[in-house]
Amino acid sequence: MIDLSTTYMGLKLKNPVIASASPLSKSLDNLKKLEDAGAAAIVNYSLFEEEITHEIYELDHYLTAGTESFAESLTYFPKPLQYDIDPDDYLEHIYKAKKAVDIPIIASLNAHSEGGWVTYAKHIQQAGADALELNIYFLATDPQISGQDVENIYLEVLKSVKSNVVIPVAVKISPFFSSMANMAKRLDEAGADALVLFNRFYQPDIDLSNLAVVPNVLLSTPQAMRLPLRWVAILYGQIKANLAATGGIHGPEDVIKMLMAGSDVTMLCSALLQNGIPQLKKILEGARQWMEEHEYVSVSQMQGSMSQKSCADPKAFERANYMKALQSFK
Amino acid sequence: MAQRKQVTIDGNEAAAYVAFAVNEVIAIYPITPSSPMGEWADEWNSASKKNIWGTTPLVQEMQSEAGVAGAVHGALQTGALTTTFTCSQGLLLMLPNMYKIAGELSSTVFHIAARSLATQGLSIFGDHQDVMAARMTGFAMLCSASVQEVMDMALISQAATLEARIPFVHFFDGFRTSHEVAKIEQLSMDDIRAMIDEDLVLAHRRRRLTPDAPVIRGTAQNPDVHFQSRETVNPFYQACPGIVQKAMDTFAQLTGRQYKLFQYYGETDAKRVVVIMGSGAETCQDTVDHLLGQKVGVLKVRLYRPFAKEAFVEALPKSVTSIAVLDRTKEPGSSEPLYLDVVNALVECGASRFERLPKVIGGRYGISSKEFTPAMVKGVFDELLKAQPKNHFTVGINDDLSHTSLDYDQNFNIESQAGVRAIFYGLGADGTVSANKNSIKIIGENTPLFAQGYFVYDSKKSGSMTVSHLRFGPKPIHSTYLINKANFVACHQSQFLETMDVLQGIQEEGIFLLNSHHGPEAVWQHIPRLTAQMIRDKKLRFFVIDAYSVAGKSGMGGRINTIMQTCFFAISGVLPKDEAIAAIKESIKKAYGKKGEEILKKNYEAVDNTLANLHEVKAPSQVTSTVELNHKIPDEAPEFVRKVTYEMIKGRGEAVPVSALPCDGTYPVGTTKWEKRNIAQEIPVWDNAICIQCGKCAMVCPHAVIRIKAYDNKYLRESPSTFKSMEAKDREWSGMKYTIQVAPEDCTGCGICVDVCPVKNKSETKFKALNMKPQEPLREEERKNWEFFLNIPDVDRNLVKKSAIRSAQTLQPLFEFSGACAGCGETPYIKLATQLFGDRMVIANATGCSSIYGGNLPTTPYTKNNEGRGPAWSNSLFEDNAEFGLGFRISIDKQKEMACEYVKKLETLLGASLVEEIIHARQTDEAEIFQQRGRVQVLKEKLRNNPSADAKILLSVADMLVKKSVWIIGGDGWAYDIGYGGLDHVISSGRNVNILVLDTEVYSNTGGQASKSTSRSAVAKFAAAGKSLPKKDLARMAMTYGYVYVASVSMGAKDEHTLKTFLEAEAYDGPSLIIAYSHCIAHGINMTTAMQDQKAAVSTGYWPLFRYNPGLIREGKNPLTLDSAAPKGFLQEFLNMENRFKMLSKTDPEGAKKLAALAQQDVNERWRIYSAMASDAPAP
Repeated sequence: MIDLSTTYMGLKLKNPVIASASPLSKSLDNLKKLEDAGAAAIVNYSLFEEEITHEIYELDHYLTAGTESFAESLTYFPKPLQYDIDPDDYLEHIYKAKKAVDIPIIASLNAHSEGGWVTYAKHIQQAGADALELNIYFLATDPQISGQDVENIYLEVLKSVKSNVVIPVAVKISPFFSSMANMAKRLDEAGADALVLFNRFYQPDIDLSNLAVVPNVLLSTPQAMRLPLRWVAILYGQIKANLAATGGIHGPEDVIKMLMAGSDVTMLCSALLQNGIPQLKKILEGARQWMEEHEYVSVSQMQGSMSQKSCADPKAFERANYMKALQSFK
Repeated sequence: MAQRKQVTIDGNEAAAYVAFAVNEVIAIYPITPSSPMGEWADEWNSASKKNIWGTTPLVQEMQSEAGVAGAVHGALQTGALTTTFTCSQGLLLMLPNMYKIAGELSSTVFHIAARSLATQGLSIFGDHQDVMAARMTGFAMLCSASVQEVMDMALISQAATLEARIPFVHFFDGFRTSHEVAKIEQLSMDDIRAMIDEDLVLAHRRRRLTPDAPVIRGTAQNPDVHFQSRETVNPFYQACPGIVQKAMDTFAQLTGRQYKLFQYYGETDAKRVVVIMGSGAETCQDTVDHLLGQKVGVLKVRLYRPFAKEAFVEALPKSVTSIAVLDRTKEPGSSEPLYLDVVNALVECGASRFERLPKVIGGRYGISSKEFTPAMVKGVFDELLKAQPKNHFTVGINDDLSHTSLDYDQNFNIESQAGVRAIFYGLGADGTVSANKNSIKIIGENTPLFAQGYFVYDSKKSGSMTVSHLRFGPKPIHSTYLINKANFVACHQSQFLETMDVLQGIQEEGIFLLNSHHGPEAVWQHIPRLTAQMIRDKKLRFFVIDAYSVAGKSGMGGRINTIMQTCFFAISGVLPKDEAIAAIKESIKKAYGKKGEEILKKNYEAVDNTLANLHEVKAPSQVTSTVELNHKIPDEAPEFVRKVTYEMIKGRGEAVPVSALPCDGTYPVGTTKWEKRNIAQEIPVWDNAICIQCGKCAMVCPHAVIRIKAYDNKYLRESPSTFKSMEAKDREWSGMKYTIQVAPEDCTGCGICVDVCPVKNKSETKFKALNMKPQEPLREEERKNWEFFLNIPDVDRNLVKKSAIRSAQTLQPLFEFSGACAGCGETPYIKLATQLFGDRMVIANATGCSSIYGGNLPTTPYTKNNEGRGPAWSNSLFEDNAEFGLGFRISIDKQKEMACEYVKKLETLLGASLVEEIIHARQTDEAEIFQQRGRVQVLKEKLRNNPSADAKILLSVADMLVKKSVWIIGGDGWAYDIGYGGLDHVISSGRNVNILVLDTEVYSNTGGQASKSTSRSAVAKFAAAGKSLPKKDLARMAMTYGYVYVASVSMGAKDEHTLKTFLEAEAYDGPSLIIAYSHCIAHGINMTTAMQDQKAAVSTGYWPLFRYNPGLIREGKNPLTLDSAAPKGFLQEFLNMENRFKMLSKTDPEGAKKLAALAQQDVNERWRIYSAMASDAPAP
């Protein structure tokens, strides 16, 4: 019997496949389906503080626009006696999700303001989430902001959240740091229970017929896994925090590769959005089959086996490999 | 006595509070200024608030006030405690049922925010014309004079009606009391229970109609007993005053507030007394206090019907020698009713009290919320001193026609010096009024001070000015008039200084606060000389703040309300500064605390930044400003505009004398163009390098400020240097020049034109062929360009291809610069109709938004072309518009028929060929109509000098020989609800009328109440929990006749379709009904991008486009054509774009989901039905 279990941020998981944050988790039905398909845990869709603030402003704006101007129509809407704007919705969802499934529910938070991270993290903990993933999205577009400033923002957010909640906290980061390893280490030292590699920012597109910039969600392709694969392999063993690999994991072999590179868990998103929730079961079964065929007995046995630290050719994960690849291409 | 809660509320809320607590059924319908009472009832119902019996009253919206009265009558008959709220035309619609309800001795109270009646013009403002029209119904009438009294009398009347069995009208002055915010003591539920006798409630219920103990009511009676039966009720009316006084006495024991049927206030040995009811009584009381020692008093009438004559006489001091009775109504051809009642009471009962009957004069005051001031009261008292006082006088106006008006000293002022009296000038959009209402709440609820707020609004819906009048003081406030000596004046928009004297009402050493982007040093040079002089002369303390900059820096965007409110608290001295700032922050916390830290923080920051940026300006020793107030009247304006209209525009309408005004409500057209409101911060600027001349910008412009002309190159000679033109692209205009010109001073800056412009600049895609740019720097040059443009001749109408937008938009709009909301979704349709048919259009307009922006003084938008032709427009009522329009049609048809008869009769004189051509003229298109006009002109020339009676008669009707286009225009409240019966009858008549329904899916003009057009899942007033039933399918109902042209259009979705439909509908020789999707500010949308909402409404199937053309039946074709594609995507995509749908997901997420799912089903089902109808083979 192959032992698929793993531990992630102190949570005992029955296998290393987690459903990552996506719109799928908005429905309780889907949560049940994910659990039935074998997901070891679910990262809930993100709570976006900016969205909440925007919604409040929007509601306030449209409730007051044009009011108190004309004697016959001093207002245009009934006064809502009670707003039910997120996070209430989100927290309610976490609460219900916990009731609906037995596997751990990891909440995901994208806050905007200084106080927002802590406030919402506390709410999420109170709602019953087993852990929290900080989905820190900061695009440094201001030329006045240095790399150091950006890094400090990440660290400050993490520290303030960690000092206010007791549930484990993962940080989902982007790969755009000058010194990824150093940044990972500093986050590790600041108390991250796990690093989730990597956040994929949605990239805008240009609509040629309308000459407009449009948001265009591109799902990940299997090629995308190379980036997290490399960094999981490099970081494995260098930091205490668990490593979660996400992005481009589309098949059983991708899961195996990530585990071998050193991740504690793997996260699926695009694969499920493209192929439906049952795909998780297929991937999980495929991974089990691969292990069986290749006579692995447990996940822990293979974890990190192909990391930079453990593989035969550590340099292969470094820049030289790039040169070599180019040469081989020629 | 129990400590009661102090609340700061307005009169409407006070009445609704009691009404909700003591009723089981509430029937409602919106009408200004009573609507908020119904809105409160609906909101409390959706929040499951309970009445004193622990149950939530059932609230039912009806299709009209007539419907409400019927429903109330029925609910009373079957035993429920039932109430309603209304006024004005609404009360008139209830009259038939009121006779029934009173005749059957049914206990109920109707709460009325008393308002003017529509006569020579409509007025939404307050007086007693409506309630006086109900005085003979048999209802008792109890009047409240203040917000506190409204709450008190609402309860007293309820207690009394149960015992007396006579129904009550409880009324108070519209706006002055219904909308005044005041600090009052709230009655507790225990108070209310104590006043309501449960046995009487049970007795009311026992009288119900029930099959378990059947009786019959509503019989038809014959001459033998009807008379006697009418006399059976006399004992009830005799007992009623005593019952009311008893209720007042019980109430006094509970609350300490003792009311009397007729309440005298003043010196016990007074010689001169004013008799009055309503809010004016408070002003009289204030004045009497001031005139102490002059032997004056005021007798406040509370119970007006039944008029207790003995009690009235007894309430007057024996010493009285002269009485002035003030009526807030007019009864042409007779004396006013209160005066007659007083005279009658003195004649019948005065002998027992007076050795010599006092002299009585009567007068009118305060009609349509006309100010009623202590100076006027003093004027009336002074009149009573005269040996021959004027009877049947007016006070408050200058009647130079019939010389009824009293002269009085306008400078007489009795404003209390204690406390703060503050006037705030703001823009509707800047939140000034909301902030002031909040300030009243803060002070009213946190301090022992008394507080009062009254707000004056503009007659335009966009760019409108608001003036807030706030009083705070240690004593109860009885001043029911605007502040005329303020010790604090704030001007929240510096541009107001350019056109009006905001410091007119400030007292010496008062405080003046100005929001200006000029700092404390520079501001002195930028305010008008007159203002600066006033600041110096009156030794004002002058403060300045750049509120927009503080708002921007604090992350508040353009919201300056918190900032200006903070300034008021910081410098007015209404509270100690620190205490005031703490109170503001506490109120911000209450308002925003739950909404997130960031919002809270921003507001706190705004408060702190305000204090840091508020500067006191030290007035220099000399006034050096060269800026003058802009009071210039354009020289070319017609005399009426200069003498009357302009006075109203400049806020001096109060002084316009009677003789200057039309006696029958007839006004000249085309007056909006003289106003030049300059309200746009930004205006569209045309880029002639990339324009493709599609005409869409002009088509959608709600305010007709974008105009297009194609013209000969020669007209460009002497054009201003910045005037733009380009080669005309249309083949038909080959070799001509083409210009799109914006009217810079009339634009509202809504930006819809830019949003719909389909062209993008290839080098910088953010730019289009129209781009918004700041108005101020462009104002002068564009004004010259606009004037130059107007002098270029229009394209010959006969040569314009009307079926294409690009050419049709060169037609002159005969509806321009209306005061509709910026970005209005209705006005583009009206404007289009006037472009196509305006020179032969006659319009019947239902009351509502379109009658307000179409006909509200001072200036009106319908105008005429260079030949002097244009739409003739009128508004009758809300409920009868279709019939009113049909009246136009049949009158015109008859006159045309008569003209034809006389043409034939005068054939010898006119010549056979002319007669033949005139009688048989086809007038199906512009060219044919033009030819007929020519023939009629020839005919008129031939008749002009003919002395025969026949020739004169034919001349008087000859114009009717040219085709007239009758349009019946109104909103969905009219077409779907109150006017539906008439609309149905009119379309069934087969007559050639064009009905345009501007469907906003709510009663927009009264503030967004649900109509039967409101869609399922939309939140609206009267549907606070989301409308649970689908929209009425008016189009399908109309199609069932088979001979009515019916169409559904949406300009934002398919503009060419709209144009085609208008042309087809007008050409159809029979009734046409166009239902036009009209986005609206009441939808909670971005008005700039509202045409995109229209696109989504159509693409998701929410608003299918179609035409049902009965003409096609004759051609053997299916009359129904679906003009939009099958729904794409989910309805939710559209619902998410609009707050009216979205807000339910914030208040009731589960309910929202269910209703949205049902709304999707509605869309699917409607599409299924329509597509089946469109694909059916036509009948053989």
